[in-house]
Amino acid sequence: MFDPMPWLILSPLIWATLAFVHGPGRGARLAVAGLILQLALAAMLAQQIVAGGVRVYAVGGWGAPLGIDLTADGLSAVMLLLTQTVALPLVFYARAYFTDHANSLRYFWPLTGYLLAAMNALFLSADVFNIYVTLELLGLAAVGLVAVAGGAGPITAAMRYLLATLLGSGAYLLGVALLYGVYGSVSLAALTPLIAADTPAVVSLAAALMLLGMMLKTALFPFHFWLPPAHGGAPAPVSALLSALVIKASFYLILRLWFDLFAPITSVTAAQLLGALGAGAVLWGSLLALRQTHLKMLVAYSTVAQLGYLFLLFPLATGVSAEVAASAWQGGVLQVVAHGLAKAAMFAAVGAMITATGRDEILGIAGVAARLPLTLFTFALAGVTIMGLPPSGGFAAKWLLLGAALASGQWWWVVVMVVGGLLSAAYVFKVLRQAFLPAEEAANFKPLPRMLEWPVLLLALASLVLGLGGGEVLSLLGAA
Amino acid sequence: MSTALVYALTGTALFVLGVAGLILQPHLLRKILAFNIMGSGIFLVLVGLAQRAGTPDPVPQAMVLTGIVVAIAATALALALARQLLDMCGEMRLPEEKTGKDRLDV
Repeated sequence: MFDPMPWLILSPLIWATLAFVHGPGRGARLAVAGLILQLALAAMLAQQIVAGGVRVYAVGGWGAPLGIDLTADGLSAVMLLLTQTVALPLVFYARAYFTDHANSLRYFWPLTGYLLAAMNALFLSADVFNIYVTLELLGLAAVGLVAVAGGAGPITAAMRYLLATLLGSGAYLLGVALLYGVYGSVSLAALTPLIAADTPAVVSLAAALMLLGMMLKTALFPFHFWLPPAHGGAPAPVSALLSALVIKASFYLILRLWFDLFAPITSVTAAQLLGALGAGAVLWGSLLALRQTHLKMLVAYSTVAQLGYLFLLFPLATGVSAEVAASAWQGGVLQVVAHGLAKAAMFAAVGAMITATGRDEILGIAGVAARLPLTLFTFALAGVTIMGLPPSGGFAAKWLLLGAALASGQWWWVVVMVVGGLLSAAYVFKVLRQAFLPAEEAANFKPLPRMLEWPVLLLALASLVLGLGGGEVLSLLGAA
Repeated sequence: MSTALVYALTGTALFVLGVAGLILQPHLLRKILAFNIMGSGIFLVLVGLAQRAGTPDPVPQAMVLTGIVVAIAATALALALARQLLDMCGEMRLPEEKTGKDRLDV
């Protein structure tokens, strides 16, 4: 049977390298073709998993422990599908975007390809060291993309991001080193049965280091300092990729570590602490988003806030009944998917508004409602998911999380979610309100190419439809 | 105290020194050097801790080789960015957040 797993990694590697060889600014068509292929591959893999459970692929025919195994279960399939689904419309969007911003294009296409290759490889990795390598590749490609625009601001943001990401993966690698020292293996499948409740303290230290490293890379409050300048300063397609996908990759790893590898040694106290940091992120991120004067910074702080919801998953799924844990787990993963789709749409829509008005302050978008109704509609649709209104995917996710919080009697998380929802409504409406004001006399709207509007609308619609079709995602998640 | 433990403790000490330098040193070149010291500490733990009865284990050595390649790539990228910052801002340090965007009183 044809196995899509290695090709999900090889395809972006191949088109990225070809794009690089072609020279700066080239490779858009390659990217489109590659991503269509990857989406088909990811869908095929998902089908195989639904039909036959977890899949393992031995690279080059050398099985572990000698060779490197790739493995995919329901969660990997969801993440792979999300990655290709978000990236494909963004590629069309980026083609149009960079015809207008040619000077900041440079190595966007190859870097995007390497970014996707690293991410796909991460979701398919079966051992903790291979995961380290993919994390570093992902980090380096992401930093390159932040720096792609040039200029002091983006370069500073890229440098800060690079230092943060290196520190994060350094802590992770030390954890891997300690694990290897204790057990003599890096394979997730081999390590999982070895770790039990009475493991030596050094394993807990390893777990703490690995989780801390990933929290830094996921920009969990209070480690979020690097995110807003990096995501807010990059060109719009880059911001969309970073905010929607890249931080989810390290969050995916936290999920793996917490619920698979270190499940026997996780404690309710640690889970509550993670939840508290998540709550801090929801409140602090939303408040700061509300105070921003620049569109992209507002959206970037909204990412900080929405990431907080993901971490509410841990207290809701640790030390509670299996039923509640399952509901929280589903809600958390659904939030990853919903936020990925909606945030990509939001950043791209904001990028289109900035392209049309030529200004990036929120004040500058007065009149957008009349001139760019489609883009504003897209922004509002994405906002519906971010606020968690029905029938969006964000609503379904938050509903599951709320249900889990109530069922396990942890009412304080309900308060956080409700207040966070109100605050996010406040910052989404801050933008919408400004857009409906009459345009200034001097305002000059550039007409937008269709590709800067329609693909983004598709993303926003997908995030909305997810609320109705979320069952499909959850059944894939439960398939393995 | 076994040899493995000596290596591991030295590696841990280097890691801590590296992390401290990475966070506390304002000069970018020092930050980049601190990152390399941090990396060396991790590699020492990886190789040193994994010996079985005095015989070195080849697997972590292969991992460290990979790790060194990654560290070199990261160092090169960091140096390139630092160089660009030097050209643009005239100094080898990260500028303070100008507008204090992370404060509520913006």
